[in-house]
Amino acid sequence: MKKRLKDYGINFLAVVLSYLALRVIMYNGLINNYVQGVVVFAMINIIVAISLNIATGLLGQLALGHAGFMAVGAYTAGLFVKAVEYPLYIEMIMALILAGLAAGLSGLIIGIPALRLRGDYLGIVTLGFGEMIRYTIINLGDITGGASGLKRIPKMVGLNEVFIVLVIVITFVFLFIKSRHGRAIISIRENEIAAESIGIPTTFYKVYGFFISAFIAGVGGGLFAMYQRYLTPEKFRFMFSVELFIIVVFGGMGSITGTIFAGVFLAFLTEKLYEYDEVRLIIYAIMLILLMIFKSDGLLGRHEFSLVQTPRRIKNLFNKIKDRFKKGVA
Amino acid sequence: MSLLETKNLGIAFGGLRAVDNFSINIKEGELLGLIGPNGAGKTTIFNMLTGVYLPTEGSIYIDGKKINGKKPFQIVKMGIGRTFQNIRLFANLTVIENVKIAFHKDMTYNTFTGIFRLPKYWKEEDEITTKALELLSLFDMENDAENMAKNLPYGKQRKLEICRALATNPKLLLLDEPAAGMNPQETKELMETIHFIRDKFKVTVLLIEHDMNLVMGICERLVVIDYGMIIAKGTPDEIKSNKKVIEAYLGS
Ligand SMILES: Nc1ncnc2c1ncn2[C@@H]1O[C@H](COP(=O)(O)OP(=O)(O)OP(=O)(O)O)[C@@H](O)[C@H]1O
Ligand SMILES: [Mg+2]
Repeated sequence: MKKRLKDYGINFLAVVLSYLALRVIMYNGLINNYVQGVVVFAMINIIVAISLNIATGLLGQLALGHAGFMAVGAYTAGLFVKAVEYPLYIEMIMALILAGLAAGLSGLIIGIPALRLRGDYLGIVTLGFGEMIRYTIINLGDITGGASGLKRIPKMVGLNEVFIVLVIVITFVFLFIKSRHGRAIISIRENEIAAESIGIPTTFYKVYGFFISAFIAGVGGGLFAMYQRYLTPEKFRFMFSVELFIIVVFGGMGSITGTIFAGVFLAFLTEKLYEYDEVRLIIYAIMLILLMIFKSDGLLGRHEFSLVQTPRRIKNLFNKIKDRFKKGVA
Repeated sequence: MSLLETKNLGIAFGGLRAVDNFSINIKEGELLGLIGPNGAGKTTIFNMLTGVYLPTEGSIYIDGKKINGKKPFQIVKMGIGRTFQNIRLFANLTVIENVKIAFHKDMTYNTFTGIFRLPKYWKEEDEITTKALELLSLFDMENDAENMAKNLPYGKQRKLEICRALATNPKLLLLDEPAAGMNPQETKELMETIHFIRDKFKVTVLLIEHDMNLVMGICERLVVIDYGMIIAKGTPDEIKSNKKVIEAYLGS
């Protein structure tokens, strides 16, 4: 019990410290508005990439339409906050929950029939579904503003709110993984037939995992709408799903911390290559190829970087080396 | 009453009748061997019993209740556990996680309780951790608990699969060639372990093996199939001298 509390404590401290670091940098004028935007969009991308990693890395299903779920969340939140007038935080929280639910619902609609498919087929269907959502948005011009976009969304979130949601999402996923539901989902990735053979209702957990994944993508979309203040369907095109996928593959499918690192790194890179948009995708491709050659399971593979475990592991490693050394001497 | 009963069970894959007219009775506490040459249909029978394949004819009863058409996870709840001929572990998870997942159906806390780590979460999680370690220690594997399943030596992977199946608390345990790929020493140990499991867990065992000599030692009763049909039933001695059986084995 004491150890548990200590572990929680260390992680909590890390969250507070990283937040303070962010704040200090900002107060010292190191982050201007422009950079703040970059940081916020990076965090939103990380949220959506984490949601994608739940579907691909944890559940083991190839999903290529997460830009679509994000779009559903974004437009839901955008339309909601434009339509109602509640106290700021209540409205924001309601908008995010609605965004998640709407995206989650569309996840169910596609997931229930499509999750029977495997591998490439599921990939193609989800890809098509993502595009369908985009075209629906374009064609519902009266409501969504069509191709020219949804404008004048009230600004409801800033760096703080996005950071807090990011922390909540990460915490949720970690707690979820170490629960019976999370384990059931991971067991499907590992071996679906074996999972079923020990009593896991795999169809249910596939749909459930997909719902959670779509829900979080929708929340990310909601944040995007309320920060950016205008939405265009263009943003949610197929290439954006691919970019999210690249973040996940880069960090390691199944590794949430990997997604975070990769998200930060790629945001930085995108920023540096801002002026050369065509070159950027080529560089992504080259990096991916190199990664496939040298470390095919991504930066962290399926491992998690952990403030509690990683130092312990390093310590164990040291002890082992010391033992070796002693034996060698004796 | 018999624990498992099948009546005229059969399945066809396209034109191929993989299993035909398969009727057996297994009594509680029995250790029954299912043997037959390669491709005889043994694994297919397991797949029908566990709901992986839907039989095209016949019916299956466990404790007198019909289970045809039920999903594999529902059949687990009714008391059938199994292992696979080609090992199917959760390779990238630790040994203890492999076992813990198998307790899923006995756990009741919901997602909310899980996320907020309410007392019920800790109670059930601590319980299954203890149970999983107990099970592992019966197989001398408690020291491997934190190793990745895929890093275990072959023999231990087989044992872990049995361990995981036992965690579902089955009345009937189906083992598909558990000794495949083991050396004679490991095989002998495994057979002892199976005997031990049967007595310790009061579980009924149906064991597939295509090496006849191996099962002769531990099974009280054998069912022999060839080309999907039962060609003999009886005690090891009866089977040994059965002409059809000798033919089937020499012919293969
Ligand atoms: N899903 C399937 N589709 C088509 N044919 C199948 C299928 N499953 C099994 N078979 C066929 O059914 C027959 C019996 O196969 P099965 O795997 O049950 O044999 P077995 O007795 O377990 O053999 P072994 O000792 O090699 O494991 C084989 O001819 C096999 O090719
Ligand atoms: Mg077989």
